[in-house]
Amino acid sequence: MSVRARLRPARAGAGIALFLAGCAGPHHALDPAGPQARHIASLWWLLFWVALAVLLAVVIALLVAVLRGVATRAHSPREPGVVVTMTERGTVAAVTVAVGLTALIVLSLLTASALVGRTLAGLRSPDALSIEVVGHRWWWEIRYPGAAPSEQVTTANELHVPVGRPVKVRTISHDVIHSLWVPSLHGKRDLVPGHPGEIVLQADRPGVFNGQCAEYCGVEHALMRLLVIAEPADRFDAWLTAQRETPPPPTDPEARRGQEVFLAQQCALCHTIQGTPAGGRVGPDLTHVGSRQTIAAGVLPNAPEHLATWMLDPQSVKPGTLMPASAIMGDDMAALVIYLGSLR
Amino acid sequence: MSARGRALGVVAIVATLAALSAGCEREARRFKDPATPTQMSRDWLAAQRRGSAGGEAPAAPNPYARNAWAVSEGKRLFTQMNCTGCHASGGGDIGPALADAAWIYGGRSGDVFVSIVEGRPNGMPGYGGRLTVQQVWQLVSYVQSMSGQLRKDVRPGRSDNLYLGQSEQARRAQPSPRLEPARAPAPR
Amino acid sequence: MSDPDAEHRERLAQTWAPRPGVLGWLSEVNHKAIALRYMVTAMGFFVLAGLLALVMRLQLARPGAHLVGPDLYNQIFTVHGSTMMFLFAVPVMEAMGLYLVPMMIGTRNVAFPRMNAFGYYVYLIGGLFLWVGLALNIGADVGWFSYVPLAGPDYSPGKRADIWAQMITFTELAALVAAIEIIVTTFKQRAPGMTLDRIPIVVWAMVVTSFMIIFAMPAVMVSSGMLALDRLIDTQFFNPAEGGDVLLWQHLFWFFGHPEVYIIFIPATGFVSAIVTTFSRRSVFGYLALVLSLVATGFLAFGLWVHHMFAVGLPEMGQGFFTAASMMIAIPNGVQIFCWLATLIRGRLLFRTPLLFVLGFIVIFVAGGLTGVMLAAVPFDLQVHDTYFVVAHFHYVLVGGAVFPLLGAFYYWLPKMTGRRLSEKLGQASFWLLFVGFNLTFFPMHQLGLVGMPRRIYTYLPDTGWGGLNLLSTVGAFIIAAAVTAFAVNVLWSLRRGAPAGDDPWGAATLEWSTPSPPPTYNFVRIPVVHSRYPRWTPLADPMVTTGLRDDLREVVITSMLDAEPTTRHLLDGPTIIPLLTALAVGVGLIAGIFTPWGFVIGAALVLPCLVAWFWPKGDPARELAEGRA
Repeated sequence: MSVRARLRPARAGAGIALFLAGCAGPHHALDPAGPQARHIASLWWLLFWVALAVLLAVVIALLVAVLRGVATRAHSPREPGVVVTMTERGTVAAVTVAVGLTALIVLSLLTASALVGRTLAGLRSPDALSIEVVGHRWWWEIRYPGAAPSEQVTTANELHVPVGRPVKVRTISHDVIHSLWVPSLHGKRDLVPGHPGEIVLQADRPGVFNGQCAEYCGVEHALMRLLVIAEPADRFDAWLTAQRETPPPPTDPEARRGQEVFLAQQCALCHTIQGTPAGGRVGPDLTHVGSRQTIAAGVLPNAPEHLATWMLDPQSVKPGTLMPASAIMGDDMAALVIYLGSLR
Repeated sequence: MSARGRALGVVAIVATLAALSAGCEREARRFKDPATPTQMSRDWLAAQRRGSAGGEAPAAPNPYARNAWAVSEGKRLFTQMNCTGCHASGGGDIGPALADAAWIYGGRSGDVFVSIVEGRPNGMPGYGGRLTVQQVWQLVSYVQSMSGQLRKDVRPGRSDNLYLGQSEQARRAQPSPRLEPARAPAPR
Repeated sequence: MSDPDAEHRERLAQTWAPRPGVLGWLSEVNHKAIALRYMVTAMGFFVLAGLLALVMRLQLARPGAHLVGPDLYNQIFTVHGSTMMFLFAVPVMEAMGLYLVPMMIGTRNVAFPRMNAFGYYVYLIGGLFLWVGLALNIGADVGWFSYVPLAGPDYSPGKRADIWAQMITFTELAALVAAIEIIVTTFKQRAPGMTLDRIPIVVWAMVVTSFMIIFAMPAVMVSSGMLALDRLIDTQFFNPAEGGDVLLWQHLFWFFGHPEVYIIFIPATGFVSAIVTTFSRRSVFGYLALVLSLVATGFLAFGLWVHHMFAVGLPEMGQGFFTAASMMIAIPNGVQIFCWLATLIRGRLLFRTPLLFVLGFIVIFVAGGLTGVMLAAVPFDLQVHDTYFVVAHFHYVLVGGAVFPLLGAFYYWLPKMTGRRLSEKLGQASFWLLFVGFNLTFFPMHQLGLVGMPRRIYTYLPDTGWGGLNLLSTVGAFIIAAAVTAFAVNVLWSLRRGAPAGDDPWGAATLEWSTPSPPPTYNFVRIPVVHSRYPRWTPLADPMVTTGLRDDLREVVITSMLDAEPTTRHLLDGPTIIPLLTALAVGVGLIAGIFTPWGFVIGAALVLPCLVAWFWPKGDPARELAEGRA
């Protein structure tokens, strides 16, 4: 059965090719951008090489069996079966050694896992930035506390963090279980109703890192994404300061008309814009929506045409979303889009 | 198998299928519903009135009376649109109780629809300019479920909040639901 | 030889005959007939769930596809997973057990023939219930493990989650029934002389599995019952605001859920042992080690469940305990693999299709087991939990570890069950198609999980870059479909045109090959007396058989548990329609129970007369016969 032997290198080659093919694309677990993800990635490589070695050993043993089998093959079921009654010492020794090796490998991997776990647990710091993430169906509410309540920032679907500083993220959900996962930075943390939790993230280089909900949470679980934007400390502070400011009343007449549309229509029932009477808490806070890179939980780029599509026909973007379609027409919609774009 | 046995078998299968096919309507999730166009409910109601012979209630019956998903959406909206602020969770406070058999302005789906869209005297705001037709029908369905009017399998179970003694599903329909208005509706 | 036995054989055939006609078919209590029904039904569900998988793969082949919307997709992946786990994997293993165990231990039927039939009908009703639900848009859409609060009354309106919860009740009841059958039959009805260390490994595997079922299934019945109660009568088990706990569901479910996968895997290891023995033409190496590994795996499997919950924030030290247990279970599994490898290396291999499937099993299962050890490490698991890495892992261990051995077992034992050989060429083709298709489908998923693709998503955006690997996966899925088709064609062809198999087409060692193919209803003309672990490879010049059993009544010999010495005779029940009626009554009660609590009352009222009929005293058939003759 050398067909099997011939196929093996081809399969290995295909495997490597597939592996490399997946390396393109946005950031991920094997492209760590922070200490947590880096430790996990090194654990992964240890696990990977050990597993590969074990698999190769088993496959080689199997090949030995097959090749010997070809040489000594039985040609028909009529050849009698043998009941081996005496102790096969050599085989017993071999199997015992194999089992012993298995136990050793298991023990070392266990130790490695425990060590990495302890290291991760130790990656805390008293000067960590504290953030709260609340899971909703199907978007992320993100809160930055401030010294005074007026300094609290509430935003959505975009997490800004300073480079090089640990960020303690407190997690909770008030509806179903979600899971916060930014593969470049750390493993995931479930947002469990009734069980507030915590995870420490840290980005060691500036960049935009993708995250996605990783616990099935209903009909639009697939499109509940978020962005983590890591910036140098001074730019982060500038961003936070800007977020804390209440937007001034719009001066541009189109934007002013847009604000009127916003307040007259149904938007204020669900959304908040600081500095206006709109104080709805059902949907994301839109006070600085113009400053975000994406809308609809990371699904659409934040551009006027996408904003309009999202407001006019959200079901075509995310079927099942809780955002209702709006009946705002033509010029009113254009003005609204301009207004929202002006909220930086 | 005997003829009677066969007949019994057929009856059993048909009955099971019938019971389960009631599920088709109950389970439908119509995120974009042609029956409820994307329109502010105020505009839709006005169009309905123009179309009908000047009747009070909209001609269309509640399209969601047998749709459990719509009723649960109505329940979500009931909290999120702050209906609980006046009606609490059905027991009423500033606003009248919705879980009982007394209806000031009528408990039929059309009456409730108009109440939500246009508001009523003595403090019920009109949401016609802010809720779409689909949202209002969902709310109407939920309001009806609060007094046990809809079919039991369509009404919601207990919510994941503080328990108020009885889920909508557990309620009996009020003994003789007086869905007619208690008095003639006040002029608009 | 046959002449003096001819009369005996005819009387046995008459005594053990089923009733004629459709009513007789529904009253069947013979273990082989019921097991074959289980197998056909389970493979039918396998194909249905496989079709759902093809739809999923088509939807995910490209980013932003619109083949199915999210609501239907969510029903599809839930029903796919639930069908594979509850309606295919466990029942088909049980079926093989119910067919093979009585034959391998040398008895005529299982201990409780009527309950066996009842279990099958309950399973059938439960499976149909789930699929009719899917057809009518009431398909469960909460995932095969149905986490609350998503599956709770607030976030799953309607009856979809209730159908899921009640399907659990049906299938777990059937599994418990089968487990009891196997345990009692194995401990009480072995042929004289079959001491514990002469029991075939297949039987050991089924016994260990059955004990695991008895301890694991109640956990999921309790949790699904609690879910049903929360949804129907306002209990607060999973309501955090009223003192309930969302994590209670996860603990209860996974306490069942992890042993469940070993319940699926352990019978497969039994098949592997049998096939390795026969196709290495030698006794398996390390019988004691293999049996002890089975038992150890059975125990250890109950200590792993929290590894499904590493992301919810349980204390680190507790998690560490489960990491250790999850890695440690690799040791008994490793012992099994090494013993099989030793047998293969030191044997004379007969290269036929069953052996091919075993070789494929070893490669794929070891790969899957290794990713399992990776997943046991908490820090790494936090990255790939709930991603396609896990999907890859469990398909490697379940398809590699259960489906490959199962197909090998079919190729091995179907000639015995049907009396017809399968095509060897088509068998090898189906193996290679499955091996290549499976790896093409699931290997890329490891990478997809590492690069960020979570589970249970109906689509993904183009900017993720996941499209290429997903497309490869989809192509592989169709190759798997071709493999399954080849197998189905092979089976159907063999039923019509296959060469007669004869008693023992493989020259095997155990008792079931001492009967004609297909076996008569009574299995053995004379109950053998067993003198070795491999009776057919160590034939005695003067074999002993058991005599004195009546052939005009359904009599079997009961033997002692350890040494299999005959202790008593026992009468087994004959065909009756009561199990079907009872199952229907249970079905009515459970189905009505998702709409109203009165359903249980109705069900009880219907079940009670059935049970009365079932347990109505039988009198003394032997005396009645004697008096009738006198």
